[in-house]
Amino acid sequence: MAGIFRRPVLMIGLVVTLALVGVALLSLVWTPSLPSKMNIVQRLKPPLGLGGLLGTDQFGRDVTSMLMVGAWNSLSTSFLAVAIGATVGSAVGVIVAMRRGWLELIVMRGCDIIFAVPPILSAMMLGAFLGSGRFTAIIAIAVFMVPVFARLTLAAAKQIWARDYVTAAIGIGRSKAKITLVHILPNISNQIIVQVTIQLGLAILTEAGLSFLGLGMPPPAPTWGRMLADSQTFFGQAPWLAILPGLAIALAVLGLNMLGDGLRDMLDPKAKAG
Amino acid sequence: MQTIFSWSQVSRRGVMALVLAAGVAFAAPYAQAAPKTAATIGMTVEPGGLDPTIGAQVMIGQVTWQNVFEGLTTIDKAGKVQPQLAESWDVSEDGKTYTFKLRQGVKFHNGVAFDSSVAKFTLDRARGADSVNPQKRYFTSIDTIETPDAATLVLKLKQPTGSLLYWFGWPAAVMVEPSTAADNKTNPVGTGPFVFGSWAKGTKVDLKKNADYWNKDVAVKLDTASFRFINDPQAQSAALTAGDVDAFPEFGVPELVASFEGNDKLATVIGNTELKVVAGMNNSRKPFSDKKVRQALMMAVDRAMVVEGAWSGLGTPIGSHYTPNDRGYKDLTGVYPYDVEKAKALLAEAGYPDGFSFTMKAPQMAYAQRSSQILQALFAEIGVTMNIETTEFPAKWVADVLKAADYDMTIVAHAEPMDIDIYARDPYYFNYKNPAFNEVLAKVEASTDASEQDRLYGEAQTILANDVPSLFLFVMPKLGIWDKKLKGLWENEPIPSNVLTEVHWEE
Repeated sequence: MAGIFRRPVLMIGLVVTLALVGVALLSLVWTPSLPSKMNIVQRLKPPLGLGGLLGTDQFGRDVTSMLMVGAWNSLSTSFLAVAIGATVGSAVGVIVAMRRGWLELIVMRGCDIIFAVPPILSAMMLGAFLGSGRFTAIIAIAVFMVPVFARLTLAAAKQIWARDYVTAAIGIGRSKAKITLVHILPNISNQIIVQVTIQLGLAILTEAGLSFLGLGMPPPAPTWGRMLADSQTFFGQAPWLAILPGLAIALAVLGLNMLGDGLRDMLDPKAKAG
Repeated sequence: MQTIFSWSQVSRRGVMALVLAAGVAFAAPYAQAAPKTAATIGMTVEPGGLDPTIGAQVMIGQVTWQNVFEGLTTIDKAGKVQPQLAESWDVSEDGKTYTFKLRQGVKFHNGVAFDSSVAKFTLDRARGADSVNPQKRYFTSIDTIETPDAATLVLKLKQPTGSLLYWFGWPAAVMVEPSTAADNKTNPVGTGPFVFGSWAKGTKVDLKKNADYWNKDVAVKLDTASFRFINDPQAQSAALTAGDVDAFPEFGVPELVASFEGNDKLATVIGNTELKVVAGMNNSRKPFSDKKVRQALMMAVDRAMVVEGAWSGLGTPIGSHYTPNDRGYKDLTGVYPYDVEKAKALLAEAGYPDGFSFTMKAPQMAYAQRSSQILQALFAEIGVTMNIETTEFPAKWVADVLKAADYDMTIVAHAEPMDIDIYARDPYYFNYKNPAFNEVLAKVEASTDASEQDRLYGEAQTILANDVPSLFLFVMPKLGIWDKKLKGLWENEPIPSNVLTEVHWEE
């Protein structure tokens, strides 16, 4: 663990991410005021004045509280989406690595097709079927994540399958399923963890994009993306309304990316040499 | 001659400018020499068609009414009825026979002459069994139509209809030529000062000057005019600043209006409209079928807060489906004023002490989205949960709410003037049925005395204010932003329109 302190990228990433998770969790039990509480008289008040720490929005709602709850909404949606995507994608990846043959061909071409459709577009199509909302956002992001993890795990698992100890395990008559569970998965888990961290950053960005377009969680739930969208026409009068959620998104993505990079340096055997 | 003159002037001034070491000045005298005869008008939402006699969208009229199409009568910028294709008229003593003297020498853009047979065709088409006219009910009182000669139209009515001449001025009552009527949706042919040019779907509609316009009293100054459709508020603002559009008669973003103040190129003109923002409820669906519930919701609404939060304070609260510009207006905002405690008590009395939850189908427009969010917060105060479902306007909203009435609550700005009678329509999306209200409106039509009509309109407003078939919120102002040199646009909007007849560039 001492190695962490010698890795500034990992350190910064970890601190930013933990701070974000901390704020998100805190918002579940405490916010300076109710984020949906409107106070029209106090609308568009700048930060550090009558409007509280980070000012108020066009309805006089407290931006600090909205950003805090927004952190939870953003993180929980992204985490769920990545969890689903990683689970399904990794399962597909290891199963394909186990079977190979025509299945590999079909699954990989399927991944190509999903990759060809941008997540925002697939979310809009899903939204038309399911109605916009958190569920749609989670599914849209998860669908996009599946091929990422499927490809990663397939490539990694194929390498492990070629190892001598796996050949030995086959030799002593272990079933392919057993080998996958005992030898393959533990050996590729590091790569999956690193990828999860990096994809979380991407998921937060996508979630913000969907909310910006009105495809995320419906009001009154505050989301960073919608705060950004709503702030557009107020930019001249209240620039903090755009800057703050933008900063929050940037910080969250940066933190998770740095954490991911740092973890890869630490955990990925190939990268270790560098 | 004109060209030679201008060029010489340009070069002379150009040389002078160069001497004065200001090459930029070259462009300015050139612009002065050739006065602009084109104008681009910005609109937020694109109409679905261009025939106001078959579609209800106000945007249709905002492009075509008075520009391409004209009616027997028209409505001027003060909201008064004026003769147009009908030169004059006589109304019989009993108010049941209207004799119109039609204007002669008027030709449609395709060369066909306007006469009584065209007028008869138009009215028969509007009132026929298979008519899809959005204001079909305006023509139902017509019993028979006679055309003794080409210049005379005689209408025999079933009962006196006091608003008939006013209605004849509406976009839905414009005269259409029999052979082109079917294609007017995409290729409108009328008698107006502008001829339809082209329609680039999703972008703009181009009109050009009608050289053979019948009305020689007006000098149409524009050679061409375009309506550009720009939905995004930022893009609207950018297009105005960049000069891509010359005017946004109905600018969509009140909070950006302040940014144009002090602009030396653009003028901000705030006028009246008939845009009543109301949150309509499905009066036949529980719990909105209970009057007490509707009244409780009305009392939960702080109208001043809605105006401030949704429209930057630029709006006037209303207590009924009527605007302060309308004749016989009564301020009824005090009937069910904002009172959370009373609202809670009334809700409990109606059998919902713990509130209830429902879905608001809100169009994507900023006023609707913002008002919905404020209503959501206000209803939460009395324990009512409102979920907001964004419903794309116009297509999906028209299909789900207006046509199918499949909704709990919705919010939309009603643009038609004096449309309080929509609450008497059956079917209409409110599903509001009150015979007493219908009777009052019937009396308005039966009466020919203006002051009696005003009194009856007051009675109708009071019934609505008490029954609360919709939550009456506020009237939007007309936020007009246009080039200071562009003159002749209407400041107020007694009827949704963009009349270009008098629009010109000041030199």
